[in-house]
Amino acid sequence: MTTAHPVSRPSSRRSAPAAGLDTGRLRSDFPILEQQVHGKPLVYLDNAATAQKPRAVIDAMARFYATDYANIHRGVHTLSERATQAYEDARHAVRRFLNAADHREIVFVRGTTEAINLVAQSYGRTVLGAGDEILITGMEHHSNIVPWQLLCQERQSVLRVAPITDDGALDLDAFERLLGSRTKLVAVTHLSNALGTINPIRELAALAHRHGVPVLVDGAQAAPHLAVDVQALECDFYAFSGHKLYGPTGIGVLYGKAPLLRGMPPYQGGGDMISSVSFERTVYQDIPFKFEAGTPHIAGAIGLAAAIEYVLGIGLEAVAAHEHALLAYATARLGAMSRVRLVGTAPDKASVLSFLVDGVHPHDIGTILDHEGIAIRAGHHCAQPVMQRFGIPATARASFALYNTMEEIDALAAGIDTVIEVFG
Amino acid sequence: MSTELRELYQEVILEHAKRPRNFRALEGPVRRAEGNNPLCGDVLTVYVALDGDTVKDVAFQGSGCAISTASASVMTELLKGKSRADAEALFEAFHALVTGEPESMQRAAALGKLAVFAGVSEFPTRVKCAILAWHTMRAALEGREETVSTE
Repeated sequence: MTTAHPVSRPSSRRSAPAAGLDTGRLRSDFPILEQQVHGKPLVYLDNAATAQKPRAVIDAMARFYATDYANIHRGVHTLSERATQAYEDARHAVRRFLNAADHREIVFVRGTTEAINLVAQSYGRTVLGAGDEILITGMEHHSNIVPWQLLCQERQSVLRVAPITDDGALDLDAFERLLGSRTKLVAVTHLSNALGTINPIRELAALAHRHGVPVLVDGAQAAPHLAVDVQALECDFYAFSGHKLYGPTGIGVLYGKAPLLRGMPPYQGGGDMISSVSFERTVYQDIPFKFEAGTPHIAGAIGLAAAIEYVLGIGLEAVAAHEHALLAYATARLGAMSRVRLVGTAPDKASVLSFLVDGVHPHDIGTILDHEGIAIRAGHHCAQPVMQRFGIPATARASFALYNTMEEIDALAAGIDTVIEVFG
Repeated sequence: MSTELRELYQEVILEHAKRPRNFRALEGPVRRAEGNNPLCGDVLTVYVALDGDTVKDVAFQGSGCAISTASASVMTELLKGKSRADAEALFEAFHALVTGEPESMQRAAALGKLAVFAGVSEFPTRVKCAILAWHTMRAALEGREETVSTE
């Protein structure tokens, strides 16, 4: 399996354990991994749904609530100053994480879904008219489909979908053909949560920009697994969620290029996003505050910053290399089982392994694996169009994170053997 | 394999999942209803042919997990020749069984073959799979139009 993104590959081949990450020590950072499920050690392979939290994140949030908590931005007292500092420090941490040009290009939202809805409603409504087009792909998560459908209905615009190939990669020729004079926005996933496919964002952005079309990237799945540099990618918007990046739920980020964000009308109105309010005239704040109405998930932002610090402390290249080795090993083990069919076999993949077992519904696979202590996801993964593309109701999906081990993949394979044994 | 798992995926259930009984469409003047649990991926159509108050024939089509398929299969075997009132009683009894209601275990003997589904009560996330066919059957009996879901 080859990867196109610039990550240093370990010199070891896939038959040997992954070099570099001390998973024994790392796992001890994650208290939830200690437990047993149905009498077996927990093997948590549902990271594409959400990732577990290291003690550093849990403690950072608890410490914040215990010592520094107050409302931000408006207070003149000490606690408010400390809370504001912590929240804005978190914003700067995200700026560094994404290598955005300016911290004002970082908007805190609830998650990737809210980020995309924000762009759809604020940017989308401004630029889209009847007959205009939005281009997405056939591998998108519902959160990068439905906001655009709602927008198209409202503006009488057209949603175009670039198809995917049988191995789950984007059909780049078809994508290019679908970029037309009516295209006003491209929205594409960086890493498919159902298939694991990595899309060549830089290439897609270059193509789109030649047509004067901005690009929004759904980075929910990518941010934990790939080094993201929004300036290098040249995307116009980038969205990701804290909870998949070992941070808390309820916090996420929309990155947007400053000129774009400045030109966009507010998303939600209320306190904090205004600079003055009267019944005659209300003046909005500059970015990013224009898009942060109401009291935010302050502790969430602090938790996210702690998660970023934790991951960068290990190093995203090291994490990506480790996960690459896990995925390669899992692909080899499961691929060798005659009753198993892998779904999503693009050359450039990370973290996600969707599969089917002949004659066994993914649901039943999930239940039996759960009884072996193994947590995977069975279903359509909020990507029903992907399932339809492959003519299946659902897949079983294992997805890897920095704390998973080769032994856990052996457990997964043994669990699948049990599934096959039960069903005969 | 654990006892609960062994009980859920026991011989009878697996057999019915692999070789479902009455797995066909019924032609002619029959009642039919659709059941769909889209989040699970279980889809079925239940056909009921009534002769007055008696279920003359019952069959199903569709695709889904082992639990939903086996439940539909065993249901069709048991309902043939039953009155509508009996069918309703079996529905209630099955519901109680799979949701683990205490008295249901005593009634289990009366359920005959359906008792094999007792294990489902240990798997709350799978209850909706087991009851889909039954809810769909009831919709068919009552002549209801809208697709049934147990999610």
